Amino acid sequence: MPAPAREDLEEPWMTLPQDTDPKLAQYAHPERLVTTDWLAEHLGDAGLVVVESDEDVLLYDTGHVPGAVKVDWHTELNDPVTRDYVDGARFAELMAAKGIGRDTTVVFYGDRNNWWAAYALWVFTLFGHADVRLLDGGRAKWVAEGRELTTDVAERPRADYPVVERDDAAVRAFKEDVLAHVGKPMIDVRSPGEFSGELLHMPDYPQEGAMRGGHVPGARNVPWARAAAEDATFKPVEELRAIYEGEAGLSAGDDVVVYCRIGERSSHTWFVLTHLLGYDKVRNYDGSWTEWGNSVRVPIEKGASA
Amino acid sequence: MSELPAALAEVVDDFAAVPARDRLQLLLELGNELPELPERLTADHSAMEQVHECQSPLFLTVELEGPGGSARQVRLFFDAPKEAPTTRGFAGILHAGLDGEAPETVLAVPDDFYLRLGLAELVSPLRLRGMAAMLARVKGQLRAAA
Repeated sequence: MPAPAREDLEEPWMTLPQDTDPKLAQYAHPERLVTTDWLAEHLGDAGLVVVESDEDVLLYDTGHVPGAVKVDWHTELNDPVTRDYVDGARFAELMAAKGIGRDTTVVFYGDRNNWWAAYALWVFTLFGHADVRLLDGGRAKWVAEGRELTTDVAERPRADYPVVERDDAAVRAFKEDVLAHVGKPMIDVRSPGEFSGELLHMPDYPQEGAMRGGHVPGARNVPWARAAAEDATFKPVEELRAIYEGEAGLSAGDDVVVYCRIGERSSHTWFVLTHLLGYDKVRNYDGSWTEWGNSVRVPIEKGASA
Repeated sequence: MSELPAALAEVVDDFAAVPARDRLQLLLELGNELPELPERLTADHSAMEQVHECQSPLFLTVELEGPGGSARQVRLFFDAPKEAPTTRGFAGILHAGLDGEAPETVLAVPDDFYLRLGLAELVSPLRLRGMAAMLARVKGQLRAAA
C-alpha cells in the first residue's frame, strides 16, 4: 500500500508539516513528536519556535539548539504569588516576548528525558496552544548526536498573542477532583520509596515539605522515567502498553489521574498516556503530594504498589 | 548585616553591580572557574560528602591546610557535573568567596548570605536552597575537623 499523501496525515492545527519518521508512526498521535532529524531540517522555518525547558536554569546558557528560546518553569510559568500557573494575560505577554504566535508550531526539548519540557508542553496545553510537540530524546539525544549548539541567545521579533484564559477542566485535576476520583484509575509516578511512604521526597532531592508519606488510596506506582529508553527517547508503544496496561491495569477509555510531587514528573506521564497511547481522559494533579501529603484528613495509603 | 569575608563580599558586590539579566551569566562564569578536582579525590570519591538538597548530584569536601590555629586555611573541593551549571555556579561562588579563608571566618559567614546575591527571582528560592545546604555542609565538616 502506498504511503498516504502528506496532507492526509495532517491535522488542521498543524503549522509545520508532520514528522513522518516511521519510528513515530507507532504512537497514537505521532504528530506530537518530532525526531532530531526533523528538527535539524526545519530549524529556521517560519512558523516554528523551539523552546528549551530544563530543570537547570543555566543549562540553556551553556549551549542550546540554534534559535531556541528558553522557558523556565519556575520563574516564567508559575504565578509569582499564588500557587498556580500564570493567567491568560501573563501567558500572552510571555508568548509575545518569546516570539510565539497563536499558530506557531512549538517544539519543546529539555534535560532529564524531557521531564521539564513535557511540563512546559502541558502548561501550554492549559492555554489551548494547539501545535505543541516534543523532541523525542530531548536535549540528551541532540547533544549525543553531536548536533549544533550555540550560546547565542535567540532574539526573536515580538509576536502577537491573544489573551486566552486557561482552561483547566480537561487536563488538570485539583484536590477535590482527586478526592472524588479515589477508587478510579490513578497513577503515582514517584519513586517506589516515595510511594510507599518511606521517603518524603525524591531520593537525592530536597525535602519539599510533606507532613505525611504514602500515596492516594488505590493509586498504582509507575515511576515516570520508565517510559524513557536509555537514549532518552520514548520506549516503543508495545513496551509502554506492557507497563501502563499490563502492569498498572489501565485500559483505553479510562478516566485517569496522574500525580507526583509538584506535578512535573506526572506531566511526562500525562504526555505518554495522552499522546503516545491515545487516552483521551487523562488529568494531571499538579497539587500532587506536596498538597495531598499536607492536607488535613485526606485519605492516605502506605506500603508498596499492589 | 554581618560582615562577609573580603573575597565573598567581592563576589556579592559583583552580583549587585550587574543588571539582573547578567547575573545568570556571572553565575555561569563562576561555575566555569571551579577548579578540577585533584586526582586523589577523583580516585577516591567516597571521601566526599553528597549534598542531597541540590537538584543535581553535588559532592564536596573540606580540608584544612597549615600549621594550626588561626593560621590554618580552609580548602574547598566541589564536584558537580557539567550538565548541572546552576549547581556548579553555586559551588563556584563558595569557592571564589571562601577558599583559603581561616576556619573561623568561614564558620562566621551568615547562613543566609546568598539572599544578597539577587538571584532569588532569577533562579527561584527553591533552587537557591541548594547553596544554603552546601554552606551548611562546609560548616559541618569544619566543625567536625576542629
